[in-house]
Amino acid sequence: MNKQVASFRRSFQPWDDIDATPFIEFRNVTKRYGAVTAVNDLSLKIFEREFFALLGPSGCGKTTLMRMLAGFEEVSAGSVLLAGNDLVGVPPYRRPVNMMFQSYALFPHMSVEKNIAFGLKQEGMAKADIAARVSKMLELVKMEAFAKRKPDQLSGGQRQRVALARSLAKQPKVLLLDEPLGALDRKLREETQFELVDLQENLGITFMIVTHDQQEAMTVADRIAVMDHGRIVQTAPPTEIYERPQSRYVADFLGDINLVEATFAGTTKGTVSLETSQGGTLKTVGDVSATKGDVVWFAVRPEKLEISRTKPASGDNLFFGEVWDIAYLGDQTAYRVKLDNGIFVKASVLNTRVDVDNPITWEDRVWLSCAPDAAMVLSA
Amino acid sequence: MNRAWSPFNVTSVVAGFAFLYIPILLLIIYSFNESKLVTVWAGFSVKWYAAAFANEALVSAAWVTLRVALVSATAATILGTLAALALAKFTRFRGRFLFSGMVYAPLVMPEVITGLSLLLLFVAMNVDRGIETVIMAHITFSMCFVAVVVQSRLAGLDRSLEEAALDLGATPIRAFFSVTLPIIAPAVLAGWMLAFTLSLDDLVIAQFNSGPGATTLPMKIFSQVRLGVTPEINAVCTILVGLVASGVIIASVTMKRRDVRRMRAEQLAARG
Amino acid sequence: MKAVWNGVVSRSVIWLPYLWLLIFFLAPFVMVAKLSLSEPAISIPPYNPVLTLAEGPAGWWADIKRFSLENYVFITQDSLYWRSYLSSVWIAFVSTFLALLIGYPLAYGMARAPRTLRPLLLMLVILPFWTSFLIRVYAWIGILKKEGLLNQFLLWAHVITEPLTILNTTTAVYVGIVYSYLPFMVLPLYANLERQDLTLLEAASDLGCTRTQAFWKITWPLSLPGVLAGCFLVFIPVVGEFVIPSLLGGADTLMIGRTLFDEFFLNRDWPVSSAVAVILLLILVVPIMLFQRSEARSREAAS
Repeated sequence: MNKQVASFRRSFQPWDDIDATPFIEFRNVTKRYGAVTAVNDLSLKIFEREFFALLGPSGCGKTTLMRMLAGFEEVSAGSVLLAGNDLVGVPPYRRPVNMMFQSYALFPHMSVEKNIAFGLKQEGMAKADIAARVSKMLELVKMEAFAKRKPDQLSGGQRQRVALARSLAKQPKVLLLDEPLGALDRKLREETQFELVDLQENLGITFMIVTHDQQEAMTVADRIAVMDHGRIVQTAPPTEIYERPQSRYVADFLGDINLVEATFAGTTKGTVSLETSQGGTLKTVGDVSATKGDVVWFAVRPEKLEISRTKPASGDNLFFGEVWDIAYLGDQTAYRVKLDNGIFVKASVLNTRVDVDNPITWEDRVWLSCAPDAAMVLSA
Repeated sequence: MNRAWSPFNVTSVVAGFAFLYIPILLLIIYSFNESKLVTVWAGFSVKWYAAAFANEALVSAAWVTLRVALVSATAATILGTLAALALAKFTRFRGRFLFSGMVYAPLVMPEVITGLSLLLLFVAMNVDRGIETVIMAHITFSMCFVAVVVQSRLAGLDRSLEEAALDLGATPIRAFFSVTLPIIAPAVLAGWMLAFTLSLDDLVIAQFNSGPGATTLPMKIFSQVRLGVTPEINAVCTILVGLVASGVIIASVTMKRRDVRRMRAEQLAARG
Repeated sequence: MKAVWNGVVSRSVIWLPYLWLLIFFLAPFVMVAKLSLSEPAISIPPYNPVLTLAEGPAGWWADIKRFSLENYVFITQDSLYWRSYLSSVWIAFVSTFLALLIGYPLAYGMARAPRTLRPLLLMLVILPFWTSFLIRVYAWIGILKKEGLLNQFLLWAHVITEPLTILNTTTAVYVGIVYSYLPFMVLPLYANLERQDLTLLEAASDLGCTRTQAFWKITWPLSLPGVLAGCFLVFIPVVGEFVIPSLLGGADTLMIGRTLFDEFFLNRDWPVSSAVAVILLLILVVPIMLFQRSEARSREAAS
């Protein structure tokens, strides 16, 4: 484990503990719909109290995976275990798992409190206990004032809160969240993300969230699994998955990345040397299983590239080109630079000052550079 | 899981459709019966069809019915479409409440009342009862059905289409004929077909409002049926059912084809 | 000039149908109401006209003073009428319930059918609606009569030893009504059930409901507007039904539509039949208003 990455971590990391028993386990799970394979021989371990995110584009199988845990889909092969018990064949209404639906699926003919009480009534809980639990839940999501309202009298954000309260009311062992914030506007979504994190830490329930929004996954999750075509391509905490992606797919899915094709030259004292097709040398750090002459990719995120009109003093990883596009985004400015070999490279600079003398502008000739440890090498 | 079509679902659908279709099928089968005794099968024959066509009273009643249906359906479609436009476009005008009430009320009005009241009007106006009075009566109740069908289509219409036409310099009337009408055309056609079959079917209102020489086919059938079931009537009914069913099937298949063609064109456009 | 022409044309959209309905729908009702208050006479037309336009306002007042409630009094005194009303409402009520009992599972099954099959099933429900009402009622005569197909079948299957008398009884009327009006029940139910969000059932299942529990707690209450619409669409026209009782019913099957028809054509008592019509309308006003209101509400909810 890389030292730098480890320092970013919180102390909660049961996935590194060999003795820890997983709370949820997918064992070689496959799901087919006719000729289509939605989930392909997938194995995954999730630990108690973890906030776990399944991230991927639509159609990658993440929702199917979650629905198999909830019981709405049966596995075609393999098994799903919860606290060591195989869930295969257990109907959804007998699973200690609750789900918050993407559409919220609030019962339109019931008031907010009836919605929240629904699962408890189903359990046969005593009336007084139901009332107490419902008011606790309303308080938890700050919806006390809306108890008597019907769902169609609520705003999108309020509905989201009711749906959350309803799925938490039964105190499930696992809460599943299917794109829970997809219907909210950006500001509200960001606020709600932090609330979700606080809630999860306070309740100590295992959360599993499905999302296609990488920022959301990185904000809320302890660990992220990136999925593609029914398989998990990488499972890691947010920092690691962003800073040390294992493939171009993961690097590209989370944030922006510049990729330069190169051949592997060798590793000396932890520094990896690559050769470009023009005969230049690129230096980076990291583990890569490659032998001399293999095709690999030099990868660097836009915010890690320095941009200047004068040639920088250190000579590593230098690119020269012309500013093609500028996007001023407020907090940062993104530049698209056309290198002399025709490749486009993105660089972004934080706008730390209000006024800049003689800022870089269109058609300026600029140098781009980065330190070896700011870049990475990808072999897949 | 919940999406499955359970055996219970399949059974209730099959049983429901059996209930709906077996009587009609039996009627059709027994119209080809050789025997005069309608319910005893004595071999296949089309002789009752020949007999029906040879029956002058039946044939002339059929012609009366056809004329009434054609004229009343066409007039009802024009008036009904106008009524639908009025309700959809003019959300506020004097007497709108009464107007919409009069459009919707005939849909649920018992036919005996509609028939009786129209008859009293004709008597008070000193109009002799005949084919014209039947036509006017049919226009009145079927235009409301047309209005409802067209209005449901207008309700789903994107208002900005017509506004775009106006913006591009079309007069309201031109905008209607070049934009709105082509879009609601399927509903107008469906409304015409509905009005046509309503007129074709009607017994009670015609009974009240028709006069000598204007006996419609349902009136003729009704008076014969009261005397008992005859294979000749079975044959006439089979022809009627066949005509209407094939008309409806042809219309819906054509519309379906048009939809499919449009969808394909859209897909091609999206790809290109 | 052109603008004026445009205005006239677009206003004609309103006044043409409006005028037609005023003359041929509203005015006739005034005639019925008026006639129900006048006296019968043996003449052509068979009543003493009251309120003729020619006499002017003074004459109208004289006419209004001649209005009498005699016909209504007559209706309340002759038990035939109020028994007909009661029996119509009862028959309509029972057959609405039976249609719901048969129509709900059918509509539910259709709504859960594979998506590709649904348009076909929908068309199969609508098709009988297009074919003649009279013919569909007529088809049952051959089935229900003593030597009819049902009795033949039951005798053949040894379910019965003596043919049953079904035709010309109230049972036959129920069969005919449920059969003829079933599409009216199924269509609004199907429209409702097909539109329902199936994730609600998943949510219910997630919160501990079995399939049956989820049906009664979610699907059924949400389908109530469809149930209501279907019931109104069957109940209202059935109360005034004429064809079915006169073809399938017996002499003792009283329905007000038939009574009115006989009163009009056999007894030629136009004032009394008008009074019968007015009362029938009054009975139906409440369900019609309720129906219009629930329709308006669901239209609002849809927009």
